Amino acid sequence: MLRRLRGSNAYFLLGVVLVFVVVQVLLSVGVVNDYWRGILFWGAAITMVSLGLNLIYGFNGQFSLGQYGFYAIGAYTSADVTYRWVHSDPGGLVVVIGGCALALLLLLGVSALLRRFYGVSTLAKFLFSLLATVLGFFLAVRVLNPVLGPPLYNFLQVTVPKAMLLLFEPLSGFRIYAFLETLPAVISQQVVFFLALLGGATLAGIISYLFGIPVLELGSDYFGIATLGFTIIIKVLADNTDTLLPFPEMKGARGMVGIPAWTTWPWVFLAFIFVVLLMRNVLHSSTGRAIVSVREDERAARLMGINVTSCKVLAFVLGSFVAGLAGGIRAHDIAFLHPQSFNFIKSFDPLIIVVFGGLGSLTGTIFAGFAWILLLEGVLRLYLPEGFETWRFVVYPLILLVMMLLRPQGLMGKYEIPFLRQRLPEPRKKADQTPEEVVA
Amino acid sequence: MKGRPESVSPEVEQRPVVLAIEDLTHYFESLRAVYDFSVTLKQGELVGLIGPNGAGKTTIFNLVTGVYLPTEGRAHYDGVELLGLPSHEIIQMGIARTFQNIRLFANLTVLDNVRIAFHPHAGYGLLDSVLRLRRFHDKEAEMVEQCQELLGIFGLEERQNDIAGSLPYGLQRRLEIARALATRPRLLLLDEPAAGMNPQEIDQLMELIHFIRDHFHLTIFLVEHRMRLVMNICEWITVMDFGEIIARGTPAEVRNDPGVIEAYLGRQAIR
Repeated sequence: MLRRLRGSNAYFLLGVVLVFVVVQVLLSVGVVNDYWRGILFWGAAITMVSLGLNLIYGFNGQFSLGQYGFYAIGAYTSADVTYRWVHSDPGGLVVVIGGCALALLLLLGVSALLRRFYGVSTLAKFLFSLLATVLGFFLAVRVLNPVLGPPLYNFLQVTVPKAMLLLFEPLSGFRIYAFLETLPAVISQQVVFFLALLGGATLAGIISYLFGIPVLELGSDYFGIATLGFTIIIKVLADNTDTLLPFPEMKGARGMVGIPAWTTWPWVFLAFIFVVLLMRNVLHSSTGRAIVSVREDERAARLMGINVTSCKVLAFVLGSFVAGLAGGIRAHDIAFLHPQSFNFIKSFDPLIIVVFGGLGSLTGTIFAGFAWILLLEGVLRLYLPEGFETWRFVVYPLILLVMMLLRPQGLMGKYEIPFLRQRLPEPRKKADQTPEEVVA
Repeated sequence: MKGRPESVSPEVEQRPVVLAIEDLTHYFESLRAVYDFSVTLKQGELVGLIGPNGAGKTTIFNLVTGVYLPTEGRAHYDGVELLGLPSHEIIQMGIARTFQNIRLFANLTVLDNVRIAFHPHAGYGLLDSVLRLRRFHDKEAEMVEQCQELLGIFGLEERQNDIAGSLPYGLQRRLEIARALATRPRLLLLDEPAAGMNPQEIDQLMELIHFIRDHFHLTIFLVEHRMRLVMNICEWITVMDFGEIIARGTPAEVRNDPGVIEAYLGRQAIR
């Protein structure tokens, strides 16, 4: 383990810890006020969405406008889970987590089954996968929820706190007891929050899988249009959550209020580092190289034995999973969700960020993502006169235009900080006589 | 046996069949690209397929590797029916090919080009790489070593971290063969490997092809335009014109076949 903790890895770890501690201190002391805290968290969320898009578009070459759809799915799902939980209804948690788990198992089963047949059409695969998912969630609603729901709620909200309080009983004379008393509630809240984030992200991933099976067969341009349609569908559904969909607590086009504001700096930070590490570790592996080869030349990749379809689906699902995670973080930060903020116009934001930072550069996306929010939502909003927002859609394209003229490869081009860079293997030491010399 | 000349030595005839293409016919819309094409390759053979431009040679390769689905016919590799399988499964079964117009991953490094072809044999999964488990590091190091060995054979070892598109033309051709070999084939389909090469490079290429056949125990099926290469290294040759087979036999037999001379060599003349 320690052997790997050298060079770029050590610097990265050091930097990460430093950033975490400094920001945490600034937040605790109050130097960074709520406004800037919001900007920072928002920047992290947008950057995660953009990193997901960079995997789909920058590395796998599939032009997608669907990121905000999955962002919305993650946000609404995790918000609903925690909203119901604080209103004493464990249903959301059980259905989302249980449904996702069942659906994943069934989907694995379906794909293992279909792999044994040759010539299964895309549509058939989609249909079976859809059935598996629906069955999984149906079981979760009808069986898991009534059976597991109440006991789980009791366990987390009543049994565990009681047991913990019993454990702390001997300390009741000390000052620390006041803190310990609040601990059980905090722990159960954090556990629920974690599960809500995980559930929202996983649901976004499952839906992207179902959507990706038929649509990724299309060429990249058609895929872009289909994902645009997907974002619009999600927006319309979000507008009608209380009428078309059975979720009155989401309040349709009026916007969902009353989401617990549980997002804290450690959560944002953990989620962000997780996403960066996920991207890096996937990309700098054999799977990642296969994903990149699809972008470079799809036919050549296929004729080198790469399963192009599964590479595309994998990149799409991972990217959407990350977007869903970011959605959960964002929802519990602003504690308010409005369908208008998942408008399809918005879904161009991550696209612009990715192109701005440099397609295929993680560093560029991270930089551009934070800069985007910091400048456009933070600084400009403070210092420019009111009414400037209406000009934003004039300013964005202009910036983009200038950018494309001056630096078509994006701000960072292909640059990566050392930690995110692919390490080039050393050439071998030359043998005394290579076979080439024998031949020549 | 179908799809073989009569003049092959009985010793070779004893070997197992690697690729058997039978009665292959393919239409692009109403254009007949390939008609009633048969060929049978035995273990370790080096067989050529020649014909004038547009005779349907590359189409045969595309049909065998699953790029197109033929109108009619069968193709067996090791006794398994190929037609209808997706390309990547055909490649993973042990057939590799190169392209007439080079199709390297031009923006990636030389080593990455080879490592990508190695992907199906990587030996670790997504979870190993996300969590950076021990298996990831071990298998990755193993892969790099094997790829470097392969590059060494092709004299590309020194250039492993160069961008593939920046290599000179001759080296790009070599890299394409190296990449094809990284898929661990037993049957190699070479589509005009000598295109754009000068006579000196062709001499080197001929030696290289012989060397890799023996070193990797390959069966090689080769489409070529340059008569010198085909006549010198192939054990026997099939000649196509307008999608149909017009002659089959050893280089000497083909060279003197009146049909071939009329269709092809008469105009082209042996260089």
